[in-house]
Amino acid sequence: MSKMKPYGQIGITEAQIDMLGVAENFCREKSPIDKVRAQMETELGYDADVWKEMGALGWLGVAVPEEFGGVGLSLTEVTPVAEQLGRYMLSTPFASTTLAAQALIVGGAKSQKSEVLPQIANGRAATLALSEHNGDWELENIETTAAQDKAGYRLTGTKTFVMNLMSAHWVIISAMLEGKPALFCVSKSELPNDNIRRETLVDETKRSYELTLEELLVGAETLMELDKASVTLKHIHLAANLLSAAELTGGCQSCIDYTVEYLKTRKQFGKLIGSYQALKHPTVDAFVDYQKSRSLLYAAAYSFDTQDIAVGVGEIAVRMAKAQADKAMSFAADRSIQFHGGFGFTYDCDAQLYRRRAIFNASQYGDARYHKGKLAELLF
Amino acid sequence: MNAEVQEEVQEFAKEADAWFAVNTPAKPDFMLPLTFMEVGTDEQFEFLRDWQRKVYEAGYLGAAWPKEYGGGGLSQAHQDAATAAMRKYDAPIMFNTIGLGWAGPLILDIGTEAHKKKYIKGILNAEDVWCQGFSEPEHGSDLGNAQLKAVREGDEYVLNGSKIWTTHGHFAKYMILLARTDQEAPNKYAGLSFFLSPMRVAGIETVKIRKLTGEHGFTQTFFTDARIPADGLMGSEGHGWKIAMQTLMYERNAKGGQAGGYSITEVNPLEILDLARKAERGGKPVLDDPVIRERLVDFMIEAQAFKLNAERAKLPPLNQDCPQAIPLMSKLMMTEYMREINQFALSLQGTKSGYYVGEKNAVDDGYWHRGYLNAFSATIGGGTSQIQRNIIGEHALSLPKTR
Repeated sequence: MSKMKPYGQIGITEAQIDMLGVAENFCREKSPIDKVRAQMETELGYDADVWKEMGALGWLGVAVPEEFGGVGLSLTEVTPVAEQLGRYMLSTPFASTTLAAQALIVGGAKSQKSEVLPQIANGRAATLALSEHNGDWELENIETTAAQDKAGYRLTGTKTFVMNLMSAHWVIISAMLEGKPALFCVSKSELPNDNIRRETLVDETKRSYELTLEELLVGAETLMELDKASVTLKHIHLAANLLSAAELTGGCQSCIDYTVEYLKTRKQFGKLIGSYQALKHPTVDAFVDYQKSRSLLYAAAYSFDTQDIAVGVGEIAVRMAKAQADKAMSFAADRSIQFHGGFGFTYDCDAQLYRRRAIFNASQYGDARYHKGKLAELLF
Repeated sequence: MNAEVQEEVQEFAKEADAWFAVNTPAKPDFMLPLTFMEVGTDEQFEFLRDWQRKVYEAGYLGAAWPKEYGGGGLSQAHQDAATAAMRKYDAPIMFNTIGLGWAGPLILDIGTEAHKKKYIKGILNAEDVWCQGFSEPEHGSDLGNAQLKAVREGDEYVLNGSKIWTTHGHFAKYMILLARTDQEAPNKYAGLSFFLSPMRVAGIETVKIRKLTGEHGFTQTFFTDARIPADGLMGSEGHGWKIAMQTLMYERNAKGGQAGGYSITEVNPLEILDLARKAERGGKPVLDDPVIRERLVDFMIEAQAFKLNAERAKLPPLNQDCPQAIPLMSKLMMTEYMREINQFALSLQGTKSGYYVGEKNAVDDGYWHRGYLNAFSATIGGGTSQIQRNIIGEHALSLPKTR
């Protein structure tokens, strides 16, 4: 009988622990829940000053190589930031910018890297335009087309879930070029504002846009390395799921804290409701799921760059982390609404914020069931 | 750990690996117990006792226990390396669990010098099998209400009452015993005392209990004016509850200090994968069924999370928000996983899930049926899963008490 292979292991780097502490303090201070709710009402969706501070702290450059003005670490050290942002529901273009940088690191042309990465590392936002109306999580299922033109390429199609597009300076757009996936790094200023529409999201702390491309002419220099497009899309898929798992895991922790606080203070029939096992036991189950989620997350973070993704270890660890994080936060938040009783049904109860967050994160880059299907292919 | 010690441990690990590669016994022609709670027959008992002694004598059990009492006098890292080698070669369990895992660390922590000299070596070499007298027929989850009476008479205590679910009761020489020494105490806990009690004295009688599997595995133990030496009292009278709680921390792996090895054969999800490959539905392997595939992945994630939790528990920066969480939940997680995965294994056998141990057509000789039914011993024993959820809720999350 073959023994189960270790699918990633937990390790910690000193920089990772530093990031965890710094990010926790920062997010706690900058993002109390009333501020989160206030930002939900704004058009931009986040506090521009806070975003500026994050840039000044160098967080956008953590995983950017030193030669391009970054710190030269990896997503291992970025994960704790994403976790704490999720924990305190601090919405910013952090994830979309980090992923755009990752796309350039893996699949950008030399000139694109030298031009864009230093600016991202300096705190300028970027984003990805990959999803389409087909709603497919497979990033290579692309209907947008790129047609070669004398002056460059003409892009035609509709992109959805372009996160924080209004704040971005660059957008990485996927399109089919002569039947194969291709990526273009386009300056936001090239996109006509009339072709951008804000989407209504289940998670009101986030901002995304639909981008319509009508034979948009982009220069030849916007094309990223053509032979690396597939690898880049795969890398983005996994990196996005790692960050999403981190955000879910952090959010799950807050959600459980929020529920527990209510169970410790609300009385019915003369007793604190947390003393009833019908509420206590599912809350413990949520907590156990959260703890598993955190362990799987840190293994995924540690395996992501220290092990070869080609052999599947990093991929398995990331998919396990996302599947578990989706399960854990979805359950914790679902029960949080229920256990708050009548109050749980109101807009004022924060349980809805957590539940909506979990639904949204499951909707992007694959939910638990999707990743388990992928894991079956990898593991069996 | 400094480099020199690290090197020593690596060397020790290499030796252990080589030793278990050669010495791990082939599977005997009878079924070996999957857990220490299932030692039912004399042949199982003798096989596991001999194996434990052999491992101890080779230096791979109790390696971190003090030398003067029979241990190896090395570090926990040494023992962990030896245990890892056992796992690697799928070696049989270390069956004297109640001694190795619960009574032993307790004695080393709070026992007297005399206790340590008298008991530790016999625990390690399996000369002295230990059992536990906590649960009573009327008091299972409500352990604090235990009623077995212990009355001091000179240098002895006189015991009257009964204990139940005594794993190894039939084989044991000693028992860790929770008894009531004060009927008038201000609350139920304050009247309890903790004893290291001999089993082979007049007035102590064990009666085998037949388990749901049809096998024998533990006993009910009757005490009728049984006299035990007073020097077996641990701590002082009235401190029994606190000591029992400490013992349960060892039992649930929430506290370290165990002699090493493992007492439960873990089910590897890959074994279930083999079942799903072999079983057919509509002429196709059950493994093609997407529902089955998803469940299998669930078990793999669960097994992986369990392993990673143990790793994370050793990394303070990654668990400081609630350091006791992982130790407190490991019993619940592991035992429920074992029950679920064994149950799932039955569903992969088609018509053959209707067979049982002893039927020649049964899949793996009924291993999974026995595993599933026996899994309840762990989801019930040592505090039921429901009690575990109360404990986690109250201690890790500070939820209000249920009682």
